Amino acid sequence: MNGQSDIAEHPAAYDVVVVGGGNAALCAAIAARRAGASVIVLEAASKFYRGGNTRHTRNMRCAHDAATATLSGPYSEDEFWDDLVRVTDGQTNEQLARMMIRESKDMLDWIFDQGVRFQPSLGGTLSLGRTNSFFLGGGRAMLNALYLTAERLGVDVLYEAEVVALDIDGDRFHAATVQRKEGRMRIRGKALVAASGGFESNIEKLVEGWGEIARNFLIRGTPNNRGTVLDMLLGADVDSVGDPTQCHAVAIDARAPKYDGGIITRLDCVVFGIVVNRNAERFYDEGEDVWPKRYAIWGRLVATQPDQIAYIIFDAKSANLFMPSLYPAIEAASIGELAAKFDLDPEKLTETVAQFNAAVHEGSFDPDTLDDCHTENLTPPKTHWARRIDTGPYYAYPVRPGITFTYLGVRVDHEARMMMKAGGPAANMYAAGEIMAGNVLGRGYAAGIGMTIGSVFGRIAGRGAARHAAQ
Amino acid sequence: MQRSEALNEADRLMTICNSCRYCEGLCAVFPAMEMRRAFTSGDLNYFANLCHACGACYVDCQFSPPHEFDVRVPSVLARVRHESYADYAWPRALAPLFRRNGLAVSLIAVLSIAAFILGFVAFNDPRALFASRPGPGSFYALMPHNAMALLFGAAFLWAVVAFIKGARAFWNDIGETRSALAAPRPLLRAVRDAASLRYLDGGGVGCYNEDERTKDNRRFYHHLTFWGFMLCFASTSIATLYHYLLHREAPYPLWDLPVVLGTLGGLGIVIGPLGLYAAKRKREPMMMDHDSRGMDIAFLAMLVLTGATGLTLLVLRETSAMGVLLALHLGAVFALFVTLPYGKFVHGLYRFLALVRYARERHTAAPEARSEREARST
Ligand SMILES: Cc1cc2nc3c(=O)[nH]c(=O)nc-3n(C[C@H](O)[C@H](O)[C@H](O)COP(=O)(O)OP(=O)(O)OC[C@H]3O[C@@H](n4cnc5c(N)ncnc54)[C@H](O)[C@@H]3O)c2cc1C
Ligand code: SF4
Ligand code: SF4
Repeated sequence: MNGQSDIAEHPAAYDVVVVGGGNAALCAAIAARRAGASVIVLEAASKFYRGGNTRHTRNMRCAHDAATATLSGPYSEDEFWDDLVRVTDGQTNEQLARMMIRESKDMLDWIFDQGVRFQPSLGGTLSLGRTNSFFLGGGRAMLNALYLTAERLGVDVLYEAEVVALDIDGDRFHAATVQRKEGRMRIRGKALVAASGGFESNIEKLVEGWGEIARNFLIRGTPNNRGTVLDMLLGADVDSVGDPTQCHAVAIDARAPKYDGGIITRLDCVVFGIVVNRNAERFYDEGEDVWPKRYAIWGRLVATQPDQIAYIIFDAKSANLFMPSLYPAIEAASIGELAAKFDLDPEKLTETVAQFNAAVHEGSFDPDTLDDCHTENLTPPKTHWARRIDTGPYYAYPVRPGITFTYLGVRVDHEARMMMKAGGPAANMYAAGEIMAGNVLGRGYAAGIGMTIGSVFGRIAGRGAARHAAQ
Repeated sequence: MQRSEALNEADRLMTICNSCRYCEGLCAVFPAMEMRRAFTSGDLNYFANLCHACGACYVDCQFSPPHEFDVRVPSVLARVRHESYADYAWPRALAPLFRRNGLAVSLIAVLSIAAFILGFVAFNDPRALFASRPGPGSFYALMPHNAMALLFGAAFLWAVVAFIKGARAFWNDIGETRSALAAPRPLLRAVRDAASLRYLDGGGVGCYNEDERTKDNRRFYHHLTFWGFMLCFASTSIATLYHYLLHREAPYPLWDLPVVLGTLGGLGIVIGPLGLYAAKRKREPMMMDHDSRGMDIAFLAMLVLTGATGLTLLVLRETSAMGVLLALHLGAVFALFVTLPYGKFVHGLYRFLALVRYARERHTAAPEARSEREARST
């Protein structure tokens, strides 16, 4: 595509060119290098910000037959599959998903062998999950380990090297062009692994799918996942998968920065109060379900409200029942006063709360299971954890949709090879991670599965690319 | 009471960390923090003194600078720690010694060395300073043993009283009662954790220093320093017993216990601090509190001076350099002792107490009912 003479040519021709610098990219790069290929990683971010959304992650979901040092209890392939079907409502490619789940069993050991460390499952107060392993020190620690291993193995890494063009001829990749401070550079490779994330930080692209309301979205992770490589690939007749409005979106504190606020802006107090829109009206059953559904649905719900904003209202009884968050809740002595602090109509909000309180049928409150506290004759109802909001001081958090990552991506086969629009796999182009997550996640989300998709498909893509290059 | 800027900043960071918790497996600070939702000044001082400055949480944090959240736990806790030392100092009037500690300690060292040289000259024939006088009792020709014992005994006693007062102030500040210190289990646990420097291991791989690679040097050099100091202390104690119980006079033969312990210890407090200093020079600046740099270096320098003069004295004790070297060594030891309560040495005391509290808290607090609720939040 780009043959201009002001573009410098990289002296080396690599076996495998990996675009991106997150978990998927590093798993691919390490796997390819271990398979004997020469590998370069092209990362748009600086060294500190390397690794996109992976920096913000905490855990990974893997099937396993028995308890391990980092996981309690078995988590069978079937159970993983059931969880995936439930969250996606069946919108998943069963063959790919089952393969991913099968491969995930081996993934923890493999990741561990690359130097990544996990929190022990039985350590003092740390009682960890059965389904997810937690990275010791979080996603950035995990990335640091992967980068150290990649460097030790001899993988070349270019930072601040945004891929701005791909040289693709038919179904065959030839070279990538990166934009660097000192100018553009063309890097040839025998195979490509695209692992450059989704397009969640490209507001214009979100607007294409969602309309103008997307301008009010906050992006929880990196500003670098702009989907430009995805566009290049789709423009070169690679087949797409997924729906542009499907993504993982949660309700996060409206005071969070536009990008990169990470995990600490999340709020998990919805179930303990009521949620109203800017007309001071409730709009959804706050007590609908247990995790993970109730966490992952509120982003989309708030997105459809006027001005894409909502307010979680609760009282002193609930103030300490959930994880603390970055910004303190706004506090007031009365509901009317609270409303005034957000420019909500005080009378309307007082009335909404009064109606809710009148409808509450209190049972035995239990924050950990679907309890029997509910409302009667109220629309929308609150089916669990319903308690009167009557004990001052009163609190509220303003929330907005916080986008985690998008699902529209490139279609791949079981070798992580991209599929062409014309049918059939590409000659030497592979994809892993968010950029192809839509193959497995048509909608919904199960925590820790982002890392699973990136690791499993990353390793497959890296091995495949190395194999191809060796031919 | 008005909070210092450092405490405010520590409060801000701990609030961030408490909503993040990614570092909870790295050391004791994070689990201690997770037991609370809001932080008093005492809590923050407790966390600060619990931190071993391994650096892991800086290297692992997704919000370290240049991120706008500007999370720098190791450097901010170091600053709080430094301020807390001054807050607990006894007598209060000497608290300012922590402020320009490097200068203060050097002055005290120079003055005390000069005082010994002058003393030797004033109380003896000036030529005695340069006489070579082999055999037992040669040191006491320059300074009578009882005078030495009295002087150093007094300095030691002073330091011990100051430590006890400081420890009390810390213990009160973090809201503990005296009886809490009597429980044996937390105490034992803390002794084990402190002696092994358990939390200087970056969560298991070693401490971080200049970048994201772990190099366990600091822990190794700290062990050398600590055990070197203890050996020297043991050597001096045994020598004192020799003197009063066995009536054997220093200098002792090379194979004798005080000399063996003193030599090994001396090597420890020379090599250890030099290693720590080298690491400090290379350390990522964002992980450090620059205001405490002078204090840290002054303490390392005092240890090296004490060890180096002691070892040189051992080698040259039968030559005419003995008198001057003895003055140098005794001056250094004296200055080290009187400045112990007003310098970096106190970190060991407060960290130990913080570890006791942590062990107690972990033991008594009901195991946190953290359901999978949290596991699922991404
Ligand atoms: C706050 C938060 C918490 C999360 N927690 C978890 C969790 O606990 N567990 C879990 O499984 N998932 C979690 N996720 C989701 C997870 O982050 C993603 O699923 C995962 O990081 C995707 O990995 P990836 O390698 O595909 O993309 P990323 O990690 O985002 O990496 C994409 C990389 O591509 C680079 N890039 C983009 N465009 C270009 C270009 N043109 N040229 C060169 N490089 C480019 C970016 O700089 C980046 O390095 C979380 C996400 C967020 C935002
Ligand atoms: S130091 Fe950073 S990563 Fe660690 S707990 Fe605090 S905010 Fe989270
Ligand atoms: S520097 Fe090390 S010891 Fe201190 S808080 Fe961070 S991880 Fe814990």
